[in-house]
Amino acid sequence: MSNSDHKHKIDLEQIAETVEEQVAYGLEIQGPVRPTRTLWRDTLRRLRKNKLAVVGLIWISLVVVMAVTADLWVTPLLGDPIALDTTKVAEQRLKPPSWEHPFGTDNLGRDVAARVVYGAQVSLRVGILAVAISVFLGLFFGAIAGFYGGLSDTLVMRLADVFFAFPYILFAIAMIAILGPSETNVFIAIGILGWPSIARVFRSSILSVKENEYVDAARALGASDVRILSRHILPNAAAPIIVYATMSIGGAILSEAALSFLGMGVQLPQPSWGNMLADARSMMVVAPWLMIWPGFAILTTVLAFVLMGDGLRDALDVKMKD
Amino acid sequence: MLKYVARRILQMIPVFFGVTIVLFILRAPGVLPGDPIEMLTGDRVISETTYNQLVSKHGLDQPLTTQYVTYMKNLARGDLGQSYKKNRSVTEIFVEKYPYTARLALAAILIEVVIGIGVGIISAVKRYSFWDVAGTLSTSILVSLPVFWLGMLMQILFGVYFKKWGLPYLPISGMGNPPDLAHLILPAITLASVSTAYVARIMRSQMIDVSQQDYIRTAEAKGLSGGAVVRRHSLKNALIPVVTFIGIDLGAMLAGAILTETVFNWPGIGYEIYLAIIARDWPIVTGGVVIVVIAYMFINLLVDISYAFLDPRIRYGGEAA
Repeated sequence: MSNSDHKHKIDLEQIAETVEEQVAYGLEIQGPVRPTRTLWRDTLRRLRKNKLAVVGLIWISLVVVMAVTADLWVTPLLGDPIALDTTKVAEQRLKPPSWEHPFGTDNLGRDVAARVVYGAQVSLRVGILAVAISVFLGLFFGAIAGFYGGLSDTLVMRLADVFFAFPYILFAIAMIAILGPSETNVFIAIGILGWPSIARVFRSSILSVKENEYVDAARALGASDVRILSRHILPNAAAPIIVYATMSIGGAILSEAALSFLGMGVQLPQPSWGNMLADARSMMVVAPWLMIWPGFAILTTVLAFVLMGDGLRDALDVKMKD
Repeated sequence: MLKYVARRILQMIPVFFGVTIVLFILRAPGVLPGDPIEMLTGDRVISETTYNQLVSKHGLDQPLTTQYVTYMKNLARGDLGQSYKKNRSVTEIFVEKYPYTARLALAAILIEVVIGIGVGIISAVKRYSFWDVAGTLSTSILVSLPVFWLGMLMQILFGVYFKKWGLPYLPISGMGNPPDLAHLILPAITLASVSTAYVARIMRSQMIDVSQQDYIRTAEAKGLSGGAVVRRHSLKNALIPVVTFIGIDLGAMLAGAILTETVFNWPGIGYEIYLAIIARDWPIVTGGVVIVVIAYMFINLLVDISYAFLDPRIRYGGEAA
């Protein structure tokens, strides 16, 4: 046996941690072996090997930590993100980036870095709450459509068609026009607009698992519909929903930014990345630094959620249509 | 085929009513902030009688169901009501604006087709090469990029800084008078950006999918050169889903690119709707949305029908899940 062959063998033994893998690699089963891991621990292990997903996760964690701890350090270190120092507005306004104000100051003399950090709070809140609403509604309608079928299926899917018939951003604008522009209404609107996609994903997952014997067995044992759905079907249909929801958080952050940019979202003086860009747009020529960081923050945060979603999709081995 | 088309059109009816009801609710008094009559008159002080005359003139004293019927009747005649602020009919405004939106959309689709399909083919043919990795990474970034930010970055670079540095620069606002190509470049690139990335991704994965099919192996086995296999066999089959995506995307773009048009002050329907939101001129907003949704549904219908025409499996496979 040559040296390189031997090395190869050792590698395989290190990689093959479960019985199945040892069999698959043609190794002798080593005993005592580690038990087969659960789906979630396998997923985590595969996710760790995906560099881009890890980068995404680290970036998301960083943004979350900065946003959550913002009240502790932003105002003493950078300045108040909202309140104005009326005596100093004239001398402090529209200063380019410096040591004191790393991202410069805005039209009213406030620190842009401080506002970007507080904008992260809005983006994360809207992203997470909107997707929570979408998932809740999507699971509910998806369950009705997929589990009961028939007329309820037709009705729910036609309703979903109405939602898909609207160009997304215009539908959001129309809803905000009804509800009035505010942060709460933005995540409600984005959340409501997101349910049809989740419902479709859940519906097709239900259709693929509900014919399984364990569902029949549960029914024969007298389990209620709710119990069958929540204990037997949901765990087996969860993977695509988790992947979809992760990516949707990025999408919701992007939508919030777009709505706030158009003046239909978070209202000034509260900072959001979108309304900061709208503000920067009018100052583009005199103060180009105003538009760099809010946009960069949107791009990197959304990208981080997309990369995480991609990684989860590969790790959970979910096949997605697009 | 006829049966498929008929069923597809029938499916549109409940969707259409759903959409118009949502939009009608928008128009109903008390739903939107502010009194529509006050918006009509602005700051002028009017007497009670004039106020009541205006209310009945606009039919706001009728019950909601009657108002809806009137609204639908007018809609069928192509009448979308009067703008509160502009003293023009909404239909007239959008008839004027629509060609501008179409112009921008077609330019964007051209970029999307040429660059998106090109990048997709290169990525697939030279899989795992430097160009493939660069292409895939840049499409991920483009998908996460807020379009309005991309537009602003290009404005500042190609408009403001190029001018400052004495380089040939591009106009960053409006569409020129008379309209010219230079004004079209930046908005078209901005509008095309995200879709180009999607086209490249779909094209790449389709090409890779197709290249694993038996008929490709046969073509290679009979001695066809690599280029001929791509041109004659993989490309044709890989294109079907791409064409579908582009069709749907054209629908979305003709529906008005509200963000791109706003960033570039492009006088299309998207920008008009945006200005109307700011001015709270609701007849324009709801009328614009009606036009947009009808255009969007109609183009989706055309895409579905042509897709069924291209791929018999859809026509006979019953309802696509």
